[in-house]
Amino acid sequence: MNLNVKLPGLDMKNPILPASGCFGFGKEYAGLYDLNLLGAITIKAATGSARYGNGTPRVAETSAGMLNAIGLQNPGVDQIIENELPFLAGYDTPIIANVAGSTVEEYVEVARKISKHPVIKAIELNISCPNVKEGGVQFGTDPELAKMVTAAVKEVSDVPVYVKLSPNVTDITVIARAVEEGGADGLSLINTLTGMQINLAGRKPLLANKIGGLSGPAVKPVAIRMVYQIRQMTNLPIIGMGGVTTAEDVLEFLLAGASAVAVGTANFQHPFVCSEIIQNLPDVLSKYGFSSVEDAIGKGHEHADTNLSRA
Amino acid sequence: MIHEQLQIISRKTIAKDTVEMTFHGKMAQEDILPGQFLHLLVGEGSNHMLRRPISIAGVDKQESTITILFKLLGEGTNTLAKAKPGDQLDALGPCGQGYPVDELQMKHALLVGGGIGVPPLYYLAQRLHEKGIQVTIVAGFQNKEQVFYEEAFRELGNYYLATDDGSAGEKGFVTDIIKKEGFDFDQFFTCGPTGMLKAVSTQLEDEEGFISIEQRMGCGIGACFACVVPAPDSESGYKKICKDGPVFRAKEVVLA
Repeated sequence: MNLNVKLPGLDMKNPILPASGCFGFGKEYAGLYDLNLLGAITIKAATGSARYGNGTPRVAETSAGMLNAIGLQNPGVDQIIENELPFLAGYDTPIIANVAGSTVEEYVEVARKISKHPVIKAIELNISCPNVKEGGVQFGTDPELAKMVTAAVKEVSDVPVYVKLSPNVTDITVIARAVEEGGADGLSLINTLTGMQINLAGRKPLLANKIGGLSGPAVKPVAIRMVYQIRQMTNLPIIGMGGVTTAEDVLEFLLAGASAVAVGTANFQHPFVCSEIIQNLPDVLSKYGFSSVEDAIGKGHEHADTNLSRA
Repeated sequence: MIHEQLQIISRKTIAKDTVEMTFHGKMAQEDILPGQFLHLLVGEGSNHMLRRPISIAGVDKQESTITILFKLLGEGTNTLAKAKPGDQLDALGPCGQGYPVDELQMKHALLVGGGIGVPPLYYLAQRLHEKGIQVTIVAGFQNKEQVFYEEAFRELGNYYLATDDGSAGEKGFVTDIIKKEGFDFDQFFTCGPTGMLKAVSTQLEDEEGFISIEQRMGCGIGACFACVVPAPDSESGYKKICKDGPVFRAKEVVLA
């Protein structure tokens, strides 16, 4: 079956890609399976200089999910270009660079540098990390700032820009519209939902950062709803994500309107999950009457009798 | 590291809320160092999205078995403990870096463990004992009900026991025993809660030794940056506990 999908900058063998932050820079998983199997790879966020991130504990399990507050730990864009990207050049899989920052200038600097590297086929503009004090999410919750940073990064990027949106807003369609106006080539939906877990014995939040981002199957319905809603208001291609663990989940995102589907938390539970989903996808697509991935994209809207914006 | 469905061949409660589980599997044929761990999938479906890292407490290559001990601390470990002989558990292992038992020249090793940090030291004591190294073990527990492997340790070396309430062994902490006995040793090896690791490595700061750190983990293979520890002298300034550790030279990392 034809699993190919084409998105701006991304010619993908299949619609499956690991989500940023869940896959490092690929090396660890390359020891488990062939990264050429993947449709694309989103690498861990890059910032202008090295960041250590938050204190530990940084993760906590929750019902059907987890909270994380890593805090964008990374060696900085120059080190990533020098030490991490050459390894990925050995694969025939498009690489998406997740770009983060505290200021517009930092986003611009990181995007300009990393988009020039030949392995980078697209940028995922991270305006939605909930785990850092400065930067990140304020750009993702204010439509004006979101539009401004998107436009600034578009101006310097050599590759298409997908903007990764935060679900921690009253109306995500407002932010989607803003980044579309800023020139985004696509959208990446969704980042984690902010949450907290309090340790009973310790009588305090379990995570050192207190607040973390909730991911995993628990958030999937929220993600599906947001992809569906945004599909109804824009034709920008969507990379959908949030709680994907199976090929059935992938089909659900495709029906909602995603053109590619990222897998995050599930990699921790089952490190081979991306390769297993890719293997199972043809059977699941044909079981539900589809002859290709393209055939399924957005098909969850055809019989909708109510437009969500009027609901 | 390999991925395998390990078959449970025995499951015993050996102390309060403490389960000993032995698996049969090909993984036992790997070169497993004391201090390395299994990253175990918990239950089925999506209830538990994070695996549980559990130290290896024993390996029998001839029988092809691996033994672990874990404490019932919450839903995850309670679910793990429900698996019974004949069932299979999905395991990644051996994970991380262990105590470099074959690279160290020494005559006398001091092993210091606290609570559920004691199990990897049992496998370590076995390996050191096999090499003819004199082993002294100092084990600390909250109280008598928590104590395990006392007799087994006594077969491998000089064993000292401390409990917080004095209900078994001496009343006090492992550091009290170290102070009182003033052991003469070449290397120390310690595993336990962070507070104990800090106290022991401070007390023994003039000595050479290794610590093993416990931390909540995500992927368990070095990709997610959930379990890091500051390492000021390293190029990056940090180490990943799951991949670069959980065993480190005592002065290599800074405990929070």
